[in-house]
Parts: sequence; C-alpha cells; structure tokens
Amino acid sequence: MANDLHHGWEAVIGLEVHCQLMTHSKIFSGAAIQYGAEPNTQACAVDLALPGVLPVLNEDAVKKAVTFGLSVDAKIAERCVFARKHYFYPDLPKGYQISQYELPIVYEGHLDIELENGTTKTIGITRAHLEEDAGKSMHENFSGATGIDLNRAGTPLIEIVSEPDIRSAAEAVAYLKKLHQLVVYLGVCDGNMQEGSFRCDANVSVRKVGAPKFGTRTETKNVNSFRYVEKAIEYEISRQIEVIESGGTIRQETRLFNPDTGETRAMRSKEDANDYRYFPDPDLLPVVCTQDYIDAIRGSLPELPEAKRARFEKDFGLSPYDAKTLTSSRELAAYYEAVVKDSGADAKLCANWVSTDLLAVLNKQGKDINESPISAAALAGLLQRIADKTISGKIAKEVFEAMAAGEGGADDIIKAKGLVQITDESAIIRAIDDVMVKSPEQVAGYRAGKDKLFGFFVGQVMKATQGKANPDAVNRLLKDKLAG
Amino acid sequence: MSLSPEQVRQVAQLARLQLAPEQTEHYARQLSNILEMVDALSRVDTEGVAPMAHPLDMVQRLRPDVVSETDQRAAMQSIAPKVADGVYLVPRVIE
Repeated sequence: MANDLHHGWEAVIGLEVHCQLMTHSKIFSGAAIQYGAEPNTQACAVDLALPGVLPVLNEDAVKKAVTFGLSVDAKIAERCVFARKHYFYPDLPKGYQISQYELPIVYEGHLDIELENGTTKTIGITRAHLEEDAGKSMHENFSGATGIDLNRAGTPLIEIVSEPDIRSAAEAVAYLKKLHQLVVYLGVCDGNMQEGSFRCDANVSVRKVGAPKFGTRTETKNVNSFRYVEKAIEYEISRQIEVIESGGTIRQETRLFNPDTGETRAMRSKEDANDYRYFPDPDLLPVVCTQDYIDAIRGSLPELPEAKRARFEKDFGLSPYDAKTLTSSRELAAYYEAVVKDSGADAKLCANWVSTDLLAVLNKQGKDINESPISAAALAGLLQRIADKTISGKIAKEVFEAMAAGEGGADDIIKAKGLVQITDESAIIRAIDDVMVKSPEQVAGYRAGKDKLFGFFVGQVMKATQGKANPDAVNRLLKDKLAG
Repeated sequence: MSLSPEQVRQVAQLARLQLAPEQTEHYARQLSNILEMVDALSRVDTEGVAPMAHPLDMVQRLRPDVVSETDQRAAMQSIAPKVADGVYLVPRVIE
C-alpha cells in the first residue's frame, strides 16, 4: 500500500469536486451555457450584475442536485438556503458568489470505492451544495489588461465535498473515477474534464501513523485529469513529509499544480479563510424539497452502475470483469443489451464481441460508443449469422473488420465476398478427398499413429475452402475419412 | 462589544473601502454602537425558535430550465468602459 511507502507517515485526503450540471440555462438567469460560444454572448444582465437584477432559481439545477444526493444515499434538506460568499475578483461581477453555506441541499452521503486489493472502502460525502460558477479571466493577449468573459458566470454547479476518509493518491483517483462515472450515468454532468465540467480540489495533510489529530492541510486547486490528481497528491504528500522531517511546519495555504513539472507551488495563504463573510442571500428564499418531490425523483433514477453490474453477472452469466467493462458507461451497457436482445445469441458470446472486438475498433478509430461504426443492430445481425451457422466464428471476424471499415451490413458483406459457410457435406468431402490425394505421406503418417497430423489436415481443408467449411463438419468427416 | 481601530481597518480592507486614518476612530465608535444593539438582541431567550433565513415566510419559486435570454453583447458593451474582441477589459489582475 502507498502508506507504507512513506515510512510511518499517513496521508489524510479530502476532495472537493465541482461538477457542472447539464442544464440548458444558467442557475439564476435564462442565459444559455453552451460551451465554446463567442465571449460574452451568453452573459445577460443578471450574469453581469447590472443594477436591479434579481436571481431566479432554475428548477432543473435543483432536481439534478437532488438526483445526485439520492444516488449517494445522502439526506436531502427539507429546507436549504442560498448564501453569499464574498470576494473581489473581476470575473465575479456581483462581488459575491451565490453558494450554500450552513444549509446545503445535500448532506451526509457516501460512496463505496474498490481498492486495488479487491476490498471495498466507504468514503463519506459531507455535503453537496448548489452554487454558481464565476466567469473567466484572461491575462495574456490584452496588452497589460485582463480580459473578462462572463459566459461561464452563473453556470450551475454542485460542489461535492468528501470526508477526509481518503488515505492515498490511488484511493483519491478511485473515488474520483467512481464519482465521475456516477454523475455521467445520472445525466447530471457531461463529465468533460478538458472543458472543466468536472474539476477537483484536493485537501492534503500528513500525520504519523496512529496520531490522533490531523496535520495542517493544504489545498491544491483545479486539477483537471485523473492522472494529474494522482501526481499532485503524491507530490504534496512527499513535500509535506520532507518539510516536517527537516524541522519545518506546513502552512495552511492554497497551492497550484503544474502539470509540466509535476510539482505544486504556493498560490496564496489561507490566513483569511473565514473572511468570505457568508450570509443568507436576501434575494433568494429558502428552497423547500417536499417528500413527494424527493420520492418522485427517486422513482426516476436510472439503474446505477453497481446494480447494473450485478444484474449483468446474474442474468447474463458474465464474469465480474466483463460485467464491469460493459457497464463502464450507460451507453455501452445499453449497446450490449441491444445486441443480446436483437441477436438472440449467447450472452457471453455477445459480451466477448462487444468488450473485445468492438472496443478495440472504437479505440483504434478514436471513437465513442455513440459514434460506433457498427450499430448494435448491425452487430446483432452478424452474430445471428454465426448462430445460424451461415458463417464460422473465424469468418465472422473478417466480416466484422469489413463492417468496421464501413463496407455495409453483415449479410451484404457475406454475400459480396462469398463467405457463406459450406455446410454441404458432399462439398466438404470433395475437399477432404482432394487433400488426402495430394498428401499421401501425411495420410500414411497419421494412420501410423501420428495423431498430431490431424491439425495439418484441418488446416489444408480450411485453406482449400477459403475458411468457409463448417469446422464441426470438417472435424467429423476428416476423422471418418482418415480412419480409412 | 466594541471594535478596535485595527479591526475597523481590516473590515474596510475586506470591503475595499478607503478609510482615512482620522476616520478610523469615528467608524470604530459608530460600528461598536451597532454591535451593542445586536448584543442587546442576542440577550433575548430564543430557546426553541428556529433560525430564520429570510424575513418573508415564503418558499423560493423556481423557473423552468429554458433559455430565455438572447445575445445582448453589443448593447451591454456599449456602456462598458473598455472592451476588446468581445471581452470586457479591466486593469490587469494576477494572483
């Protein structure tokens, strides 16, 4: 375990994840939130904080926050309250961010993660609160000025705060991946880390193993890939141990991760941590979630990854590994289920084709399951041709490659390439006779007891039939013939 | 409860208010008066009274998730002190 690498030291890690909600409009205004729009074309009077504007809360943002809360077994606040968090920065035109402080909408949940040794660990989720994102500041290219784009200002977020239950960088990554999969499954967040839809701040401290109290922690901001989170946390753990072992003390501060060097550096000291001067926002009334409302959302939750995995193992007889692969995304799972249903073929056979052949093609073509060159119905069509013995499994691979290259459906390709399996026994017998005539030495050898030569005959017959002979029939007829 | 001149300077700094040195005493006195009034309120027995987040006894109404605002950038930027390439310009800030 990673802890042992640090000679008697233990890391204590808590993560804060900002997760952009997949709404059409902003949390407090009717402006759009499409990524990549021209600067400030999606920033209305509310987002610009012009005098006299008032926030009006987006019902779908509330619904998505509750959806998330229910999926992590959290409590949903009957009444939650928005608060103003004050700080001055030009991409925050109001001078405060509307967030939640004392009464967040979601609290006391948990997420189970799987560790490398196969055990499960529960990570507490302290809270998840609704808030608005800030705009974007650009310090380059404006000759000494800072450019402000407020398209992102007011984008709905939930900030998901974990308990300090995480003990290593690997656990942190396992937690983040699980959380990421969950919010994407739920349709709460698109999960796009490059575009900043899912970003992570890591609170890290170290202490001697067994020490009762936590050490002083630092916060590393905005780490935007799983790999960087792991590197940033590893670096921070080692740095803190080194500082303490050489007689120094850790300062509570905010640090930035530099992906080029793999190091973190101090950004600002957190001495003023309590100076956000939170107070309830008088522009917004308390939000009430009734039991009926919560129950309705609970009733509409999709099947979650773990439940789906268990069902795939049970109903389709899949191995835990295959079930995990096939449920890694909702779309892939739906694809697999459609293949099973449409083909009527063996579920394990379908699983092999999807998790091995299809994923390989997608990987090679750099495509997502949604852009698959072979639709579920098309793959089902191919597997039906194996099931009804039109083609062998080996020929099917060839047909599959052609389908991946966009040459058409299974039946078209089988026909165009003349790949129909030869089941006509007289044709196979003719091929066998031909091979035996051409290979008298091998026939004699086999009959003298060289059983291994059987494979040679199978190979020759398959070659003579361009791989189209039904393998079962070839085996059976060859045995008869060779027996003399 | 009374505020020290140092606390007044700190609060002013947080609110980005410029305070002349001779004003500090003046505001320290005034702000302390306000805090004394709040102190008086906090002597009231509120045992069993739920904290109130808003003076109105109402709940938040929600709006449907619909894009209702069109692009008004040209109008917005016509009243901005400085713009370039569609962005608002401010004096350079680097953390």
